[in-house]
Amino acid sequence: MRKRALGVAALTSLALAATACGGSQPGTPSAAPSGSAAASSSAPADKGSGKLVIWADPNRVKALKPFAEQFGTENGVTVEVKEISKDNQQTFLTASQQGSGPDIMVGAHDWIGNLVQNGAIDPVNLTDAQKAAFPEIAIKAVTFDGQVMAAPYAVENIALIRNTKLAPEAPATLEDMVKKGKELKAAGKVKEVLCLPVAQKGDAFHVYPIFAAGGGSLFGTTASGDPDPKKVLLGSPDSVKAFGKLKELGEKGDGALKTSITNENYVASFAGGKCAFLISGPWAMGDVKKGGISYDITPVPSFKDGKPATPFVGVQSFFVASKGKSKTLAQEFVANYVTNKDVAKALYAADPRPPALTEALQEVGATDPDAGKFMDAGKNGLPMPAIPEMQAVWEPFGIAEAAVVKGGDAAKAAEAAQKAIDSSLKN
Amino acid sequence: MSLDVRAAAGSHAPPRPRREITTAFLVSRVVVLAVAAALLVYAAPPLVAAGSWPALVVLGLATAAIAYLYLTRRFIPAKYLIPGTVFLIAFQVFPVLYTVSTAFTNFGDGHRGDKQAAITAIETGSVRQAPGSPEYSLTTALKGDRLVFLLVDPKTKQVQAGDPAGLAPVPGAQVGVTGKVLRAPGFTVLTAPQAAARAQQIAALAVPTRGGLIKANGLSRAVEGRSALVYDARCDCVQGEGDRWKADEGQGYFVNATGAHLAQGWQVSVGFANFSRVLTNPTISGYFIGVFGWNVVFALASVGATFALGMAVALALHHPRMRGTRFYRIALILPYAMPSFAMLLVWRDMFNRDFGLINQLFGLDVDWMGQPSTARFAVILVNLWLGFPYMFLVTTGALQAIPRELTEAASIDGATPWQGFRKVTLPLLLVALTPLLISSFAYNFNNFNAIALTSEGGPFPAESPQVGATDLLITYTFRLAFGTYGAQFGFAASISVFIFAIVAIISAVAFRRTRRQEEVYA
Repeated sequence: MRKRALGVAALTSLALAATACGGSQPGTPSAAPSGSAAASSSAPADKGSGKLVIWADPNRVKALKPFAEQFGTENGVTVEVKEISKDNQQTFLTASQQGSGPDIMVGAHDWIGNLVQNGAIDPVNLTDAQKAAFPEIAIKAVTFDGQVMAAPYAVENIALIRNTKLAPEAPATLEDMVKKGKELKAAGKVKEVLCLPVAQKGDAFHVYPIFAAGGGSLFGTTASGDPDPKKVLLGSPDSVKAFGKLKELGEKGDGALKTSITNENYVASFAGGKCAFLISGPWAMGDVKKGGISYDITPVPSFKDGKPATPFVGVQSFFVASKGKSKTLAQEFVANYVTNKDVAKALYAADPRPPALTEALQEVGATDPDAGKFMDAGKNGLPMPAIPEMQAVWEPFGIAEAAVVKGGDAAKAAEAAQKAIDSSLKN
Repeated sequence: MSLDVRAAAGSHAPPRPRREITTAFLVSRVVVLAVAAALLVYAAPPLVAAGSWPALVVLGLATAAIAYLYLTRRFIPAKYLIPGTVFLIAFQVFPVLYTVSTAFTNFGDGHRGDKQAAITAIETGSVRQAPGSPEYSLTTALKGDRLVFLLVDPKTKQVQAGDPAGLAPVPGAQVGVTGKVLRAPGFTVLTAPQAAARAQQIAALAVPTRGGLIKANGLSRAVEGRSALVYDARCDCVQGEGDRWKADEGQGYFVNATGAHLAQGWQVSVGFANFSRVLTNPTISGYFIGVFGWNVVFALASVGATFALGMAVALALHHPRMRGTRFYRIALILPYAMPSFAMLLVWRDMFNRDFGLINQLFGLDVDWMGQPSTARFAVILVNLWLGFPYMFLVTTGALQAIPRELTEAASIDGATPWQGFRKVTLPLLLVALTPLLISSFAYNFNNFNAIALTSEGGPFPAESPQVGATDLLITYTFRLAFGTYGAQFGFAASISVFIFAIVAIISAVAFRRTRRQEEVYA
């Protein structure tokens, strides 16, 4: 009995010893960030650790590793590629602030606004020749307030993917597509008219091309052509009309848009032959190919006499962390090393998102036509607004979409979304 | 938690005048002290490097206190009490205090760092390449032991040496095809690994020119640029681009005459602003009563339903004539053993109108998550499934402690089984289980996952997209604090303080009532 009591005592004291450290930490959180930030920014004489740390999502870690290692041997430094799988942007911001962040972050261009307002990234200086190697839309997407803030490597947008066995002809208009889908459904060949995720909370990203085709828009533009957060247009008469179009396509109308179709089931349904049309991006192609159906990729069509159905374009990019410990190496890697077509091709092989470099895209396109087709579909797309204010738009927009899809009043839904966004932006 | 510690300390530590020294005693002491010392050695250097002297003092004192406490023969109760107390401070008291102190700041996106960091970010973020300046290709070299930049103008192939004093031409340098300097008289050209090892020095070197500064951009290029925006300490403002932004310590932003601010801000104390925002913001206060009402219903229904079902199953298995109880017990605990995260997502998909198992199984066409009443029913049902095994477990445990003679005596006295349960078993069960029911209520009151992973707070009426029919206070305010406009930790913290107060009051009242009940039955 005594021995056991002693064992318990030993265990608890171990725990105590462990927490003694934790218990004494409380003093540090407030003191450490400023201390370490000062150490990294004002004391660059601190001897170079010769180490470059890159954070990326799981898909890309494997593709990056060989290139990171090559860069490491060329420059005599160790390069560590670390996998971050959840809440990447917030994880990066929090870690950066504490001084434990990476030197290079891989992420989407629409983070830029938020990363800039938190002072987390530095501009990336690309030469004119380097800029010319990218399509205009990629450079436009990573340009914020007149400064290039990241090096783009992949461009992704959604397109219309159709089952060519069920629907041999690419529909010229959205009306044609719905008509064809309904015919197939009536004939019992498919279960759903269109596979586009809506879900109970709406999906602003996927519905945007149809919303734009109906004439809707999110923001006005500033003098420099950037989205203007002071002018939210979701409640404008044109947008109300667009919401009306979504209502017509919705559950009480054509049944093309349904809240039961969600991000979890829409690609699987298409791959399983349950619908002839899918609106999705390059990330869906793995599952589509596994389904073994014949398919083609075309731009999302517009309504008859409608506006262009512009999808959002997202640009995957490399960022240089401003609180990183080896900024020179990070600049070298991002501005001069990663903007090379072999890296772009390897990243494409790991995760098929069309490479941003025009040259790499052409080479990839020779063996895989999908990449070029997606690129074509996004040619006139809208780079996802990178301003931090965009975060206030996603959810109200989605909920308004879900409301009209369920048959709610378009004007009321648009007005409520506008009001919600304006109140959180304090317009 | 504190209750447990007290109970443990009381029962395990009878005062003992003298303790014989066993091997286990010796080994355990050595291990504990070694771990404590190791942690001190591990944690001290970073603290010294960061200059956090108060934290270092606390760490040293804590280590010393542990060493003293476990080396002396005295303070036996403290040996047992201290671990619990430390845990309490580390995991309960400190987070609460930290949350409360955060609630008085504007900590959040745009206001994460201090003012100096914001100024640095503004200045470096506005560095623009000097118009018409060449894209120098850069070779790093040493002159003596000083670092210099050898800059090659790609058009003229002219080589210049740059150091903090400025630019000077380098005659007789040999330039390779890539634009790198191969050899230069009087300089030692650095190889790539040598340059990489000096990365910090390279980043720090700025060569002044007439138009601005030449700085390295990586290891192979250098750019002449200038900050468009510059901080001026005399006016405590940022100037440039034909405008002037004055520091506003109330907002933590640089603000210009028209009221517009620069993107980068810093963390400041905002007093009670977050709290008053919770109370006065019409989108919060306007919906508060409705959300709060549903939240109470959800928590009560979750506790009531899980307890009723768990207890019913426990009673059935407790019956002496029940066979195969072991098998049933294992089967019943399964939902509890599976990760609730995954289960919640599976349930969400089962409630899907067109693809969900429930509609297909029963041949229904109900839009479960699309209507307020069915969505509320669905989330409670899911929570019931997830929660009843816990209630089953604790009731089974408590039932073992109730002597069967009591119910037998009741039945001899002519009580029906229902009366026996109602008047004998249930009250005795409640004495033991009420504290658990209260803590379960507090848990379900803030059961973020049960809502966020199933209905996500929806369905949302078209007229008010901010608040859904199944939103709890925690999911609703989470969306306001994090979903609408970046992360607003200060605001979120003030909301947590309110929710903490609500739950604390409800729990305190309930515990008080329990004590009265215990006095009756004890």
